[in-house]
Amino acid sequence: MPPAATIRIQSEPFDVPAETARLTAGRADIGGIVAFTGLCRDEGGRLEALELEHYPGMAEEEIGRVAETALARWPLLGLTAIHRHGLIRPGEDIVLVIAASAHRRAAFEAADFMMDYLKTRAPFWKREHLIGGTKGPWVEARAEDDAAAARW
Amino acid sequence: MTADPAPPVKLVYFAWVRERVGMPDESVALPEGLATVADLIAWQRSRGEEYAHAFEHADIIRVALDKRHAPHGALIAGAREIAFFPPMTGG
Repeated sequence: MPPAATIRIQSEPFDVPAETARLTAGRADIGGIVAFTGLCRDEGGRLEALELEHYPGMAEEEIGRVAETALARWPLLGLTAIHRHGLIRPGEDIVLVIAASAHRRAAFEAADFMMDYLKTRAPFWKREHLIGGTKGPWVEARAEDDAAAARW
Repeated sequence: MTADPAPPVKLVYFAWVRERVGMPDESVALPEGLATVADLIAWQRSRGEEYAHAFEHADIIRVALDKRHAPHGALIAGAREIAFFPPMTGG
């Protein structure tokens, strides 16, 4: 039976080593862990922060559905996805995906799949806050992200 | 015997759709004859200047029925909460 995924939507930062330890604690069957962390860029010094709006309820449910697909497709021994919302400063973490498996390939592929689907299906929207305090534009969706998700 | 009026539906808006409509959500009794998501978007465009602006480019508007993504051809019957938003930019 596949493990249950851990899905969290939160405004506060997350702790990558602690989240990794949570997946491996008390077991010796895991052979590899892939952890991807997405960070807020300053876009060449333009950005003061990114504002992340989300759809409460649906965000958890949709990431949960993506995780179920990953768990059904790869022989994973653990899967965690955490996505932050609210105001996030350059250099801070935004999103974390951790996949654990007996052999590396499943963990690499599942983490990559999770990120591609998170970007195109999880109900989050980024808005730029520019240096000086003015609100900039909503970030536009990128065709490359749709193309990346279509690979799977 | 007259049919009971349809219960109101909660319409929810996010990101620039929310800003253009001017509110995060509203409770609305939908008119009869709206079958699909596309019908609903066309009706939204007819509701005034703000709505016409928000739903100007109907093809890029994404919709969720009861917190699940739905294509524009999906039937809206039975949905209690319908959300409208731009393409997602999380991750």
